[in-house]
Amino acid sequence: MRHIISIQLENESGALSRVAGLFSARGFNIESLTVATTNDPTLSRMTIVSVGNDDIIEQIVKQLNKLIDVVTVTDLTATEHIERELVLIKISIDNDTQAKVDTQLDAFNAKIIDAAEEAYIVELAGKSQKINDFINAFDADKIIEVSRTGVTGVCQKIES
Amino acid sequence: MKLNGAQILVDCLKSEGVKHIFGYPGGAVLHIYDALDSCTTIDHVLVRHEQGAVHAADGYARTSGKCGVSLVTSGPGLTNAVTGIATAFTDSIPMVVISGQVPSAVIGSDAFQEVDAVGITRSCVKHNFLIKNADDLAETVKKAFYIATTGRPGPVLIDITKDATIAEIEYEGYPETIEMRSYQPKVQINTEQIAKAIAVIEKAQKPIIYSGGGSVIGNASEALTTLTRNTGFPITQTLMGLGAYPATDKQSLGMLGMHGTYESNMAMHDSDCIIAIGARFDDRITGNLEKFCPYAKIIHIDIDPSSVGKVVGVDVSVIGQVNDVLHALIQGLKGKTLSNIDTWWKQINEWRKVDSLAYKTTEGIIKPQTVVEMLYEVTNGEAIVTSDVGQHQMWAAQYYPFDKPRRWINSGGLGTMGFGLPAAMGAKLAEPDLEVACVTGDGSIQMMLQELSTMLQYHTPVKIINLNNGYLGMVRQWQEFFYEKRYAMSYMDALPDFVKLAESYGHIGIRVEKEADLKPALLEAFKQKDRTVFLDIITDPTENVFPMIPSGAGHHEMLLAGRDEMASTNDSGLNLV
Ligand SMILES: Cc1ncc(C[n+]2csc(CCOP(=O)(O)OP(=O)(O)O)c2C)c(N)n1
Ligand SMILES: [Mg+2]
Repeated sequence: MRHIISIQLENESGALSRVAGLFSARGFNIESLTVATTNDPTLSRMTIVSVGNDDIIEQIVKQLNKLIDVVTVTDLTATEHIERELVLIKISIDNDTQAKVDTQLDAFNAKIIDAAEEAYIVELAGKSQKINDFINAFDADKIIEVSRTGVTGVCQKIES
Repeated sequence: MKLNGAQILVDCLKSEGVKHIFGYPGGAVLHIYDALDSCTTIDHVLVRHEQGAVHAADGYARTSGKCGVSLVTSGPGLTNAVTGIATAFTDSIPMVVISGQVPSAVIGSDAFQEVDAVGITRSCVKHNFLIKNADDLAETVKKAFYIATTGRPGPVLIDITKDATIAEIEYEGYPETIEMRSYQPKVQINTEQIAKAIAVIEKAQKPIIYSGGGSVIGNASEALTTLTRNTGFPITQTLMGLGAYPATDKQSLGMLGMHGTYESNMAMHDSDCIIAIGARFDDRITGNLEKFCPYAKIIHIDIDPSSVGKVVGVDVSVIGQVNDVLHALIQGLKGKTLSNIDTWWKQINEWRKVDSLAYKTTEGIIKPQTVVEMLYEVTNGEAIVTSDVGQHQMWAAQYYPFDKPRRWINSGGLGTMGFGLPAAMGAKLAEPDLEVACVTGDGSIQMMLQELSTMLQYHTPVKIINLNNGYLGMVRQWQEFFYEKRYAMSYMDALPDFVKLAESYGHIGIRVEKEADLKPALLEAFKQKDRTVFLDIITDPTENVFPMIPSGAGHHEMLLAGRDEMASTNDSGLNLV
């Protein structure tokens, strides 16, 4: 099963490599990883998407909790939560394809953030599945570059 | 008070109560050595190799229960220490290792003797720190000792740049306490889990206590003994747990696992209730997981939640300091009536009759088992025994029944050859009034031989019992059993003359070739109270360690000495190590 694990950790040099090292040393899988500081500058928030059965996810959570720099670990997938991912796509356009691309962008409510003569850079945020669908909607040979942020998320409960 | 970083560090160590530091100097730590030189309360032991420093600090920690401290320079100093750090990590030994680092201005420039110490050690420390600023020293040292010694203990590395040791700053003293929001080692014991555990124990018809290193490290020997006596349950202990419960007591079934006794392993296999205490279901204990304890409900007591359910699914887990949990269990069991387990004991006593540690003697050849038995006799079972890794380690564990915790010092988790000698030195410094014996092998002893020199310098008289079989015996045994006797690289030609070697290091060397000379030699060695004596004992080169659970087999599929042909192992067995 796919799990989104949200980690608060001390914003210290080396903290990221401790987490990444843990995953590689123990053979846990990482689908995506995002990290940035929070409103509290001493704390970072890291969101990891991993796939594994319940036993593996339980071990991941326990091992993460064991890291000295880790303050909290939450398996977002175990609760009501919101998840989002952002993608930037550079897509080539010409007179023949532009109209088709425009309709697709409209269909997904995606935004053009840079429009050059031969290419658009477009932006879309949403659940990973929606991002997948969005990317798949284009002709593969028209896509010049795709850059995804990986998933971030928050739990919907008010207290956290 | 204005002090430089090195002086602050030394004051911190003093305030922490550190009495011994095992280390080796080099450019990056010269300021620290300069500050140590004028410190009268800390003795520094100058080892001959940084791995020896860490093993000695480790032996000191295992024996005393205190935090071991070691100091090494940057680059090769640190990399030499890594094996020692990993050894301590695998066995959860409290330790602080301080390493020098190149000046902060040149970090990342591939400077002379620069290595990424924090990166290299990350996966074999409980935590590590890089200090680039003298202002951070006091708090970080406090944190390091706090982390190393609380919760599930482990080594903590503090890597300090040279400029941080030189900088002069205003020092406000060593902090008394420390708070860390991300590290809360104190656990409240869940009383509901205790109640669940008791419910399982009450119903048990075939219970067994399976105790591990956590009972030793967690100083839970007394509580473990009380629980075992109160319940009347049989107890088996892991290689790391030996001594927490007295091995000579009638409820003790001896060690379990790959080279455990028949009665221990059979009792585990048939049990309907296993109380695992400070043990982690290591693969050397469980054998084939598919065949592991098929009938048992498992209660797992451990300080580390990640140990629970990692290898084996358990029915009830209780997280907490082993000692606290055991006290809660003892309390909770008061007034409860347990099932009558007479039939279970009868069965166990039948298994005992198999006498799985019996071995054949051959006229004229010294059996390694006999040596350990005689060592036990000569030391009245009261010595601290350190060991290296190999067959001799198993024989020491099997034939020297330990009745007290912290008397059996070995690298169980990592299996580090070379551990025994420096660990013996550390043990002797921790317990100068006890006899210390290092049971080693002709292969292992050569890995840290240079520490003989340190032992002379610091007057740490230990007795080295070299079970010299001329082979990397444990490797040879596996080759005999699983590689059709192709003895690839397990025979060492050209062994040194260990007697002359010991003598050249200023110690006494005695070679023993005949069984008749064995006892007199041991007595003579232990008569030499103030000297290190190297007993080079020529033992049967063909002897194997029994009983044995071959890879891929279950607890009930043991091989016994002289009674089984060694079956060639199956495919899944060969995949294991
Ligand atoms: C540092 C290290 N290298 C290799 C091994 C693998 N190993 C395990 S036991 C052993 C043989 C040990 O030989 P010896 O010290 O003579 O002991 P014996 O088994 O003969 O009693 C070896 C090579 C190890 N445990 N540690
Ligand atoms: Mg040998």
